[in-house]
Amino acid sequence: MLDSLDRAIINDLQGGFPICERPYAEVAQRLGTEEQELIGRIQQLLDKGLLSRFGPMYHAERLGGGLTLAAMEIPESEFDTVAAQVNAFAEVAHNYQRDHRLNMWFVLATETPQRITEVLAEIEAVTGYPVLNMPKEEEFFIGLRFEA
Amino acid sequence: MSGGALKRELLRSREIDAIDRALIQATQAGLPLTPRPYHLLGEALGISATEVMQRMARMVDNGIIRRISAVPNHYALGFRGNGMSVWNVPDLKIVELGRRIGALDFVSHCYRRPRHLPDWPYNLFAMVHGRDRDEVVHKVKAIAALLGSDDLGHEILFSSRILKKSGLRLNG
Repeated sequence: MLDSLDRAIINDLQGGFPICERPYAEVAQRLGTEEQELIGRIQQLLDKGLLSRFGPMYHAERLGGGLTLAAMEIPESEFDTVAAQVNAFAEVAHNYQRDHRLNMWFVLATETPQRITEVLAEIEAVTGYPVLNMPKEEEFFIGLRFEA
Repeated sequence: MSGGALKRELLRSREIDAIDRALIQATQAGLPLTPRPYHLLGEALGISATEVMQRMARMVDNGIIRRISAVPNHYALGFRGNGMSVWNVPDLKIVELGRRIGALDFVSHCYRRPRHLPDWPYNLFAMVHGRDRDEVVHKVKAIAALLGSDDLGHEILFSSRILKKSGLRLNG
Protein backbone atom coordinates (compact mmCIF):
# COMPACT_ATOMS: atom_id res chain seq x y z
CA MET A 1 0.00 0.00 0.00
CA LEU A 2 1.02 3.60 -0.52
CA ASP A 3 2.12 5.55 2.51
CA SER A 4 1.90 9.31 2.88
CA LEU A 5 5.40 9.84 1.45
CA ASP A 6 4.50 7.82 -1.70
CA ARG A 7 1.38 9.95 -2.15
CA ALA A 8 3.32 13.17 -1.61
CA ILE A 9 5.88 12.00 -4.18
CA ILE A 10 3.20 11.15 -6.76
CA ASN A 11 1.52 14.52 -6.21
CA ASP A 12 4.76 16.48 -6.38
CA LEU A 13 6.26 14.74 -9.40
CA GLN A 14 3.24 15.50 -11.57
CA GLY A 15 4.28 19.12 -11.47
CA GLY A 16 7.60 20.42 -12.67
CA PHE A 17 10.78 18.53 -11.77
CA PRO A 18 13.80 20.83 -11.34
CA ILE A 19 16.70 21.16 -13.75
CA CYS A 20 19.74 21.57 -11.50
CA GLU A 21 22.83 19.72 -10.22
CA ARG A 22 21.01 17.52 -7.69
CA PRO A 23 17.29 17.70 -8.59
CA TYR A 24 16.31 14.68 -6.46
CA ALA A 25 17.99 16.29 -3.43
CA GLU A 26 16.00 19.48 -4.07
CA VAL A 27 12.67 17.63 -4.28
CA ALA A 28 13.57 15.42 -1.31
CA GLN A 29 14.19 18.50 0.78
CA ARG A 30 10.76 20.01 0.07
CA LEU A 31 9.12 16.63 0.80
CA GLY A 32 11.07 16.25 4.05
CA THR A 33 13.01 13.17 2.99
CA GLU A 34 16.47 12.16 1.72
CA GLU A 35 17.75 12.09 -1.84
CA GLN A 36 18.43 8.33 -1.85
CA GLU A 37 15.06 7.59 -0.24
CA LEU A 38 13.28 9.59 -2.94
CA ILE A 39 15.21 7.87 -5.75
CA GLY A 40 14.44 4.45 -4.22
CA ARG A 41 10.74 5.28 -3.85
CA ILE A 42 10.43 6.46 -7.46
CA GLN A 43 12.14 3.26 -8.63
CA GLN A 44 9.70 1.17 -6.57
CA LEU A 45 6.66 3.08 -7.85
CA LEU A 46 7.86 2.47 -11.41
CA ASP A 47 8.68 -1.22 -10.73
CA LYS A 48 5.22 -1.78 -9.24
CA GLY A 49 3.61 -0.04 -12.20
CA LEU A 50 2.03 2.65 -10.01
CA LEU A 51 3.85 5.23 -12.10
CA SER A 52 3.93 4.42 -15.79
CA ARG A 53 6.77 6.83 -16.54
CA PHE A 54 9.00 9.49 -15.03
CA GLY A 55 10.89 11.99 -17.16
CA PRO A 56 10.49 14.74 -19.75
CA MET A 57 7.07 14.75 -21.44
CA TYR A 58 7.72 15.68 -25.03
CA HIS A 59 5.19 17.69 -27.00
CA ALA A 60 4.69 15.59 -30.15
CA GLU A 61 3.21 18.45 -32.19
CA ARG A 62 6.09 20.79 -31.36
CA LEU A 63 8.57 18.11 -32.39
CA GLY A 64 6.95 18.32 -35.79
CA GLY A 65 4.53 15.45 -35.32
CA GLY A 66 0.76 15.31 -35.47
CA LEU A 67 -1.55 14.13 -32.69
CA THR A 68 -5.31 13.86 -32.49
CA LEU A 69 -8.25 12.07 -30.90
CA ALA A 70 -10.79 10.58 -33.28
CA ALA A 71 -14.16 8.89 -32.83
CA MET A 72 -16.31 6.55 -34.92
CA GLU A 73 -19.78 5.03 -34.70
CA ILE A 74 -19.55 1.35 -35.63
CA PRO A 75 -22.45 -1.16 -35.60
CA GLU A 76 -21.91 -3.87 -32.97
CA SER A 77 -21.91 -6.64 -35.59
CA GLU A 78 -18.96 -5.10 -37.41
CA PHE A 79 -17.13 -3.71 -34.42
CA ASP A 80 -14.32 -6.28 -34.16
CA THR A 81 -13.66 -6.25 -37.90
CA VAL A 82 -13.39 -2.46 -37.96
CA ALA A 83 -11.29 -2.44 -34.74
CA ALA A 84 -8.77 -4.74 -36.48
CA GLN A 85 -8.75 -2.50 -39.56
CA VAL A 86 -8.16 0.63 -37.47
CA ASN A 87 -5.55 -0.99 -35.21
CA ALA A 88 -3.61 -2.13 -38.29
CA PHE A 89 -2.55 1.50 -38.81
CA ALA A 90 0.80 1.96 -37.05
CA GLU A 91 -0.21 5.60 -36.39
CA VAL A 92 -3.04 4.46 -34.09
CA ALA A 93 -1.45 4.60 -30.62
CA HIS A 94 -4.42 3.88 -28.34
CA ASN A 95 -7.88 2.63 -29.18
CA TYR A 96 -10.74 2.28 -26.70
CA GLN A 97 -14.24 0.91 -26.98
CA ARG A 98 -16.63 3.24 -25.13
CA ASP A 99 -20.28 2.74 -24.26
CA HIS A 100 -21.76 5.47 -26.41
CA ARG A 101 -23.23 5.83 -29.88
CA LEU A 102 -19.70 6.90 -30.83
CA ASN A 103 -18.21 3.64 -29.62
CA MET A 104 -14.65 3.67 -30.96
CA TRP A 105 -12.15 6.31 -29.76
CA PHE A 106 -8.54 6.31 -30.84
CA VAL A 107 -5.44 8.48 -30.59
CA LEU A 108 -3.50 9.05 -33.77
CA ALA A 109 0.19 10.03 -33.67
CA THR A 110 1.84 10.84 -36.98
CA GLU A 111 5.28 12.02 -38.08
CA THR A 112 3.87 15.22 -39.61
CA PRO A 113 0.65 17.20 -38.98
CA GLN A 114 -0.37 16.70 -42.64
CA ARG A 115 -0.38 12.93 -42.14
CA ILE A 116 -3.29 13.23 -39.66
CA THR A 117 -5.73 14.22 -42.40
CA GLU A 118 -4.33 11.60 -44.76
CA VAL A 119 -4.50 8.75 -42.25
CA LEU A 120 -8.05 9.71 -41.20
CA ALA A 121 -9.08 9.64 -44.86
CA GLU A 122 -7.39 6.26 -45.30
CA ILE A 123 -9.24 4.90 -42.25
CA GLU A 124 -12.55 6.15 -43.66
CA ALA A 125 -11.75 4.53 -47.01
CA VAL A 126 -10.73 1.16 -45.53
CA THR A 127 -13.58 0.90 -43.02
CA GLY A 128 -16.33 2.68 -44.96
CA TYR A 129 -17.34 4.67 -41.86
CA PRO A 130 -16.87 8.40 -41.16
CA VAL A 131 -14.34 9.56 -38.57
CA LEU A 132 -14.84 12.60 -36.31
CA ASN A 133 -11.54 14.42 -35.81
CA MET A 134 -11.22 16.00 -32.35
CA PRO A 135 -7.74 17.51 -32.02
CA LYS A 136 -6.81 19.18 -28.77
CA GLU A 137 -7.28 22.94 -29.12
CA GLU A 138 -6.28 23.95 -25.62
CA GLU A 139 -5.01 22.13 -22.54
CA PHE A 140 -6.06 22.90 -18.98
CA PHE A 141 -3.63 20.79 -16.99
CA ILE A 142 -3.17 20.38 -13.29
CA GLY A 143 -2.94 16.65 -12.70
CA LEU A 144 -4.39 14.15 -10.28
CA ARG A 145 -3.98 14.94 -6.59
CA PHE A 146 -4.01 12.41 -3.77
CA GLU A 147 -4.79 13.32 -0.21
CA ALA A 148 -1.39 12.79 1.36
CA MET B 1 24.22 39.11 -33.31
CA SER B 2 24.96 39.78 -29.64
CA GLY B 3 25.02 36.93 -27.13
CA GLY B 4 21.76 38.12 -25.57
CA ALA B 5 19.98 38.44 -28.88
CA LEU B 6 21.22 35.03 -29.94
CA LYS B 7 19.94 33.57 -26.72
CA ARG B 8 16.51 35.14 -27.20
CA GLU B 9 16.44 33.89 -30.76
CA LEU B 10 17.25 30.37 -29.60
CA LEU B 11 14.62 30.57 -26.88
CA ARG B 12 11.91 31.46 -29.33
CA SER B 13 13.01 28.89 -31.82
CA ARG B 14 11.45 25.47 -31.73
CA GLU B 15 14.19 24.16 -33.98
CA ILE B 16 16.00 21.22 -32.50
CA ASP B 17 19.44 20.10 -33.54
CA ALA B 18 21.17 16.72 -33.53
CA ILE B 19 22.24 17.07 -29.88
CA ASP B 20 18.65 17.89 -28.80
CA ARG B 21 17.48 14.83 -30.72
CA ALA B 22 20.08 12.69 -28.99
CA LEU B 23 18.89 14.08 -25.63
CA ILE B 24 15.28 13.31 -26.52
CA GLN B 25 16.20 9.76 -27.44
CA ALA B 26 18.31 9.30 -24.31
CA THR B 27 15.35 10.36 -22.11
CA GLN B 28 12.61 8.63 -24.10
CA ALA B 29 12.42 5.88 -21.47
CA GLY B 30 12.66 8.39 -18.64
CA LEU B 31 15.06 10.50 -16.60
CA PRO B 32 17.94 8.52 -15.02
CA LEU B 33 17.29 7.72 -11.36
CA THR B 34 20.64 8.82 -10.06
CA PRO B 35 21.62 11.83 -7.90
CA ARG B 36 23.02 13.77 -10.88
CA PRO B 37 20.82 12.70 -13.82
CA TYR B 38 21.85 15.59 -16.09
CA HIS B 39 25.53 14.78 -15.55
CA LEU B 40 24.90 11.16 -16.51
CA LEU B 41 23.12 12.26 -19.70
CA GLY B 42 26.01 14.60 -20.48
CA GLU B 43 28.52 11.78 -20.10
CA ALA B 44 26.44 9.54 -22.36
CA LEU B 45 26.23 12.25 -25.04
CA GLY B 46 29.73 13.61 -24.68
CA ILE B 47 28.61 17.10 -23.62
CA SER B 48 28.82 18.94 -20.30
CA ALA B 49 26.11 18.71 -17.65
CA THR B 50 25.70 22.48 -17.97
CA GLU B 51 24.91 22.11 -21.65
CA VAL B 52 22.40 19.31 -20.91
CA MET B 53 20.65 21.53 -18.37
CA GLN B 54 20.64 24.54 -20.72
CA ARG B 55 19.18 22.48 -23.53
CA MET B 56 16.54 20.89 -21.31
CA ALA B 57 15.60 24.29 -19.86
CA ARG B 58 15.27 25.73 -23.36
CA MET B 59 13.02 22.86 -24.44
CA VAL B 60 10.84 23.44 -21.37
CA ASP B 61 10.70 27.19 -22.12
CA ASN B 62 9.67 26.74 -25.74
CA GLY B 63 7.20 23.98 -24.98
CA ILE B 64 8.97 21.07 -26.69
CA ILE B 65 9.01 19.54 -23.21
CA ARG B 66 5.60 20.06 -21.54
CA ARG B 67 7.16 19.40 -18.17
CA ILE B 68 9.45 16.88 -16.49
CA SER B 69 7.06 14.76 -14.52
CA ALA B 70 5.70 11.42 -13.39
CA VAL B 71 2.76 9.79 -15.16
CA PRO B 72 0.58 7.96 -12.64
CA ASN B 73 -1.07 4.69 -13.64
CA HIS B 74 -4.57 5.52 -12.44
CA TYR B 75 -5.83 1.97 -12.68
CA ALA B 76 -2.94 0.53 -10.66
CA LEU B 77 -3.40 3.30 -8.07
CA GLY B 78 -6.92 2.06 -7.40
CA PHE B 79 -8.88 4.36 -9.68
CA ARG B 80 -10.80 1.61 -11.42
CA GLY B 81 -13.60 3.83 -12.64
CA ASN B 82 -12.28 6.21 -15.27
CA GLY B 83 -14.80 8.17 -17.26
CA MET B 84 -14.32 10.61 -20.11
CA SER B 85 -16.76 13.40 -19.29
CA VAL B 86 -17.66 15.68 -22.19
CA TRP B 87 -19.26 19.08 -21.79
CA ASN B 88 -20.99 21.68 -23.90
CA VAL B 89 -19.99 25.02 -22.40
CA PRO B 90 -20.17 28.58 -23.83
CA ASP B 91 -17.12 29.23 -26.06
CA LEU B 92 -16.60 32.67 -24.53
CA LYS B 93 -16.14 31.22 -21.05
CA ILE B 94 -14.29 28.02 -21.92
CA VAL B 95 -10.82 29.13 -20.75
CA GLU B 96 -12.07 30.12 -17.31
CA LEU B 97 -14.27 27.02 -16.98
CA GLY B 98 -11.57 24.68 -18.35
CA ARG B 99 -9.09 25.95 -15.77
CA ARG B 100 -11.57 25.47 -12.96
CA ILE B 101 -12.38 21.91 -14.02
CA GLY B 102 -8.70 21.10 -14.68
CA ALA B 103 -7.86 22.21 -11.14
CA LEU B 104 -10.19 19.64 -9.53
CA ASP B 105 -8.18 16.94 -7.80
CA PHE B 106 -10.06 14.06 -9.48
CA VAL B 107 -9.56 15.38 -13.02
CA SER B 108 -6.33 14.28 -14.71
CA HIS B 109 -6.71 15.87 -18.14
CA CYS B 110 -8.90 18.67 -19.35
CA TYR B 111 -8.90 19.68 -23.00
CA ARG B 112 -10.80 21.91 -25.38
CA ARG B 113 -11.76 20.04 -28.57
CA PRO B 114 -13.91 21.02 -31.57
CA ARG B 115 -17.66 20.39 -31.69
CA HIS B 116 -19.11 18.44 -34.62
CA LEU B 117 -22.63 19.82 -34.89
CA PRO B 118 -25.29 18.53 -34.89
CA ASP B 119 -23.94 15.10 -33.83
CA TRP B 120 -21.46 16.17 -31.22
CA PRO B 121 -22.14 19.41 -29.29
CA TYR B 122 -19.33 18.99 -26.72
CA ASN B 123 -16.28 21.28 -26.65
CA LEU B 124 -14.65 20.42 -23.30
CA PHE B 125 -13.28 17.01 -22.26
CA ALA B 126 -12.32 16.09 -18.69
CA MET B 127 -10.99 12.68 -17.62
CA VAL B 128 -12.58 11.91 -14.26
CA HIS B 129 -11.09 9.27 -11.97
CA GLY B 130 -12.80 7.42 -9.14
CA ARG B 131 -12.66 4.13 -7.28
CA ASP B 132 -15.61 2.89 -9.33
CA ARG B 133 -18.18 4.13 -11.83
CA ASP B 134 -20.57 5.34 -9.13
CA GLU B 135 -17.86 7.59 -7.74
CA VAL B 136 -17.18 8.95 -11.24
CA VAL B 137 -20.89 9.67 -11.74
CA HIS B 138 -20.94 11.43 -8.39
CA LYS B 139 -17.91 13.55 -9.30
CA VAL B 140 -19.38 14.47 -12.68
CA LYS B 141 -22.44 15.75 -10.81
CA ALA B 142 -20.09 17.91 -8.75
CA ILE B 143 -18.65 19.37 -11.97
CA ALA B 144 -22.18 20.03 -13.25
CA ALA B 145 -22.98 21.84 -10.01
CA LEU B 146 -19.81 23.90 -10.34
CA LEU B 147 -20.72 24.87 -13.91
CA GLY B 148 -24.32 25.73 -13.07
CA SER B 149 -26.05 27.40 -16.00
CA ASP B 150 -22.84 27.12 -18.09
CA ASP B 151 -23.46 23.37 -18.34
CA LEU B 152 -25.37 23.28 -21.63
CA GLY B 153 -25.25 19.47 -21.65
CA HIS B 154 -22.86 16.70 -20.73
CA GLU B 155 -22.28 12.96 -20.94
CA ILE B 156 -19.87 10.42 -19.43
CA LEU B 157 -18.23 7.88 -21.73
CA PHE B 158 -16.86 4.88 -19.88
CA SER B 159 -14.41 2.63 -21.65
CA SER B 160 -15.56 -0.96 -21.93
CA ARG B 161 -12.49 -2.42 -23.65
CA ILE B 162 -8.93 -1.46 -24.54
CA LEU B 163 -8.58 -2.30 -28.22
CA LYS B 164 -4.99 -1.15 -28.61
CA LYS B 165 -2.42 0.46 -26.37
CA SER B 166 1.07 1.16 -27.60
CA GLY B 167 3.46 3.85 -26.49
CA LEU B 168 3.56 7.07 -28.44
CA ARG B 169 6.49 6.90 -30.81
CA LEU B 170 8.47 10.12 -31.13
CA ASN B 171 10.88 10.86 -33.89
CA GLY B 172 14.16 11.37 -32.12
